[in-house]
Amino acid sequence: MVPFAGYVLPIQYQGIAAEHERVRTAVGLFDVSHMGEVLFRGPKALATVQRIVTNDVAAAKPGKAVYTPVCLPTGGIVDDMIVYKEADDRLFICVNASNKDKDFRWFVEQAAGECEVLDLSDEYAQVAVQGPNAPELLARVLGEDVRGLKPFSFLKKDFRGADVIVATTGYTGEPGGEVYVPNGAASALWNRLLEAGKDLGVGPIGLGARDTLRLEMKYCLYGNDIDETTTPLEAGIGWTVKLGKGGFVGRDALLKQQREGLKRSLVAFVVEGKGIPRHEYPLFVGDRQVGHVTSGTLSPSLGVPVGLGYVDVPNDRPGTVIDVDLKGMRRAPARVVEPPLYKRP
Amino acid sequence: MAVPKDYRYTDSHEWVRIEEDNLVTVGITDYAQEKLGDIVSVELPRLGDEVERGERIGMIDSQKASSEVFAPVSGVIAEVNELLNDDPAVINSDPHEEGWIVRIEVEEIEQIDDLMSADDYEELIGRLDEEDAD
Repeated sequence: MVPFAGYVLPIQYQGIAAEHERVRTAVGLFDVSHMGEVLFRGPKALATVQRIVTNDVAAAKPGKAVYTPVCLPTGGIVDDMIVYKEADDRLFICVNASNKDKDFRWFVEQAAGECEVLDLSDEYAQVAVQGPNAPELLARVLGEDVRGLKPFSFLKKDFRGADVIVATTGYTGEPGGEVYVPNGAASALWNRLLEAGKDLGVGPIGLGARDTLRLEMKYCLYGNDIDETTTPLEAGIGWTVKLGKGGFVGRDALLKQQREGLKRSLVAFVVEGKGIPRHEYPLFVGDRQVGHVTSGTLSPSLGVPVGLGYVDVPNDRPGTVIDVDLKGMRRAPARVVEPPLYKRP
Repeated sequence: MAVPKDYRYTDSHEWVRIEEDNLVTVGITDYAQEKLGDIVSVELPRLGDEVERGERIGMIDSQKASSEVFAPVSGVIAEVNELLNDDPAVINSDPHEEGWIVRIEVEEIEQIDDLMSADDYEELIGRLDEEDAD
């Protein structure tokens, strides 16, 4: 068990590879209660959120979830998060655990009293249910109507008297969802999911497999792949930046970067042979350093080492061969590939 | 947790076993392999490399992390365990025998006297486990 942002979390239960496999082929449960939850409330809640985030929340219908970065005026990323639009006057946001205090301060400052900003992190637990059998499990435990939810949608449901939010969002590339549950009902929900999913192959998944699963999809991990020095355009999540939606924090800088063209971008790569890329290892083309690794692992699905990293353009083109410097021991050749690294069969 | 009595140890969790007058075998301890978890690849030094005590001689990658192996003694790399290229997980299953990493030819075997005894090493890992539990 490791302490993480004030929570004690298991890195693994049965082993990273076995847990990873369970999510890719059956269904896994993730206790992600450490994530932060913030509610924007009031007549000007939508306009306020719209000014803070880069994606277009106004374009989303109530009941839809929107993945979005929040940027500094420089275009650097404060955090990436999911906005759940309950109504124009009520938006529920899930933020990264390691950033929740920073985010909350930023939200309050940017909201400037236009609407209420409530930190609900200590009231909510969160269970992610992910894998090909996850929709079935969620339907069994929370109701048949959950099965029909399209991706990035959510419903409010009752679980033994507690109001829960069940959303078809996740961090693994598999079907399923994430359930926001008041603390008091959290362990009952967790146990019920384990019980109801026995014949579906359910099991708990630790932080280790959470990382290998998201990495195979090239989903960014804040602090590794994105931070205040990187922009969403560089990180390859430019689709979350809606420059045409009206003013928002960071727009000018992002517009400028888009006009001038990117100097570097985040790529996915596959190592040929052995050698695991790790955060901060340098990347070379010939004798010239062209970037650095931001995340890496042995891909449990592919059986080969894979990584993410920033490289100077035009070395970001798929097919480019880059060398990973393994802390000076050796350079392992790798090939830039089109993401995701893992494609569902 | 196995800590063979006739081996010597470092505080960076390598073990050393004397083979003959000037040849020692080096590996990582049972404690280290357990902390690392499933080992998936190993980077080995080149034969004939001259190494100083404390210098990095290899890297061990587990699913969770990469960690460096340091030379417990100064000398010349006389042998590397080629088996590890094909089956790195043998370090997990047999860290003190089949999972050895390199053999180093030393000029002065007396260097060994500076390393920890099995008792001292056991005390060290006991302390580390207590810290972990806190």
